[in-house]
Amino acid sequence: MSRIEIREDRCKGCLLCTTVCPKEIIKQADRFNQHGYKPAEVPAGDMKKCTGCASCATICPDVAITVYKTKKKAKKGASHG
Amino acid sequence: MYQDEELVFSCPQVVADRPTHYCPGCHHGVAHRLVGELLEEMGLVEKTIMVTAIGCSVFLYNYLLVDAVEAPHGRAPAVATGVKRAKPDKFVFTYQGDGDLASIGMAEIMHCANRGERVSVVFVNNTVYGMTGGQMAPTTLIGQKTTTCPGGRCAEREGMPIKMAEIIASLGGSAYVARTALNNVKNINKTKKCLRKAFEVQTSGLGFGFVEVLSACPTNWKMSAIKANERIANEMIPYFPLGVFKDATADVTGEAAGKGEEGK
Ligand SMILES: Cc1ncc(C[n+]2csc(CCOP(=O)(O)OP(=O)(O)O)c2C)c(N)n1
Ligand code: SF4
Ligand code: SF4
Repeated sequence: MSRIEIREDRCKGCLLCTTVCPKEIIKQADRFNQHGYKPAEVPAGDMKKCTGCASCATICPDVAITVYKTKKKAKKGASHG
Repeated sequence: MYQDEELVFSCPQVVADRPTHYCPGCHHGVAHRLVGELLEEMGLVEKTIMVTAIGCSVFLYNYLLVDAVEAPHGRAPAVATGVKRAKPDKFVFTYQGDGDLASIGMAEIMHCANRGERVSVVFVNNTVYGMTGGQMAPTTLIGQKTTTCPGGRCAEREGMPIKMAEIIASLGGSAYVARTALNNVKNINKTKKCLRKAFEVQTSGLGFGFVEVLSACPTNWKMSAIKANERIANEMIPYFPLGVFKDATADVTGEAAGKGEEGK
């Protein structure tokens, strides 16, 4: 399963990540973080839709998102990367 | 991290692990990350001397963990000239806003580019003086309201917005000149490619590299970060066309020919 981690204490709630997710799974939380921003989050159950495309992390001005992608099954003779 | 997954995106180590003072949605953070990634990927971290400027990015030395010199307002290209000439084996770049580079620092950037100094310039054009509260810059668009042109910039009174990339490309000393934007994922990735080229013309000794990066200042544009990105596409790019304006590494049929033809 591909997934993202949003560092809640780094998020400024600009919502740019919510506009680029192809699966539209990133939403704004109702709570405030320590800086007073309502952070982005992926509601429970939706993370399984993540494709690991890293669009959200690319557009995040605060580098608050880390992306993990499910490894492809290794093909015979395929070079890394 | 689980066994069946791989890390595909994380913060580069050269970007300090601390919150920035930037407003929500400010593109300085994206520009910092791209520069940080390139310094790491190109193996330049240890040999970099960064010359920072005045503006919202004045604290860049707190965010990019490389050696740095803070230049007086607009003077970064002059300071970078001195640093590079004294230490030609170092990688030297400036990071400047449009108030800094195109207004008070116009003389310094013009002559630095014209001399073909072996330095790279990251030029963040957000069409305002961000740090001081959103005054008009030389790049402010016609009709754009700022604190010093509350009725909107007027061509007759203030002149047309200055197109720096085109001007720098017309100077004999520049080796690579491009204009990009940070308003969407495609343009962010393209910006990284252009910054890499601008850095490479320095590391290969070819000459002066310059990338104008169209960026959002949601706070002084008085709009949300999402609307600010739309403004870049709908208002900035039509006036400031994206593209590669000069590329000393390409032949005539190469990338340089694609000048000004980039989409939104
Ligand atoms: C010699 C001098 N004059 C004026 C200032 C005030 N000042 C600080 S930042 C700034 C404008 C910066 O705007 P820009 O370069 O566009 O950067 P941004 O804040 O938008 O990123 C000015 C005029 C100063 N610090 N020093
Ligand atoms: S782009 Fe970054 S700072 Fe903005 S809402 Fe998303 S995670 Fe938060
Ligand atoms: S004032 Fe503008 S340039 Fe400065 S941090 Fe805020 S959004 Fe960025």
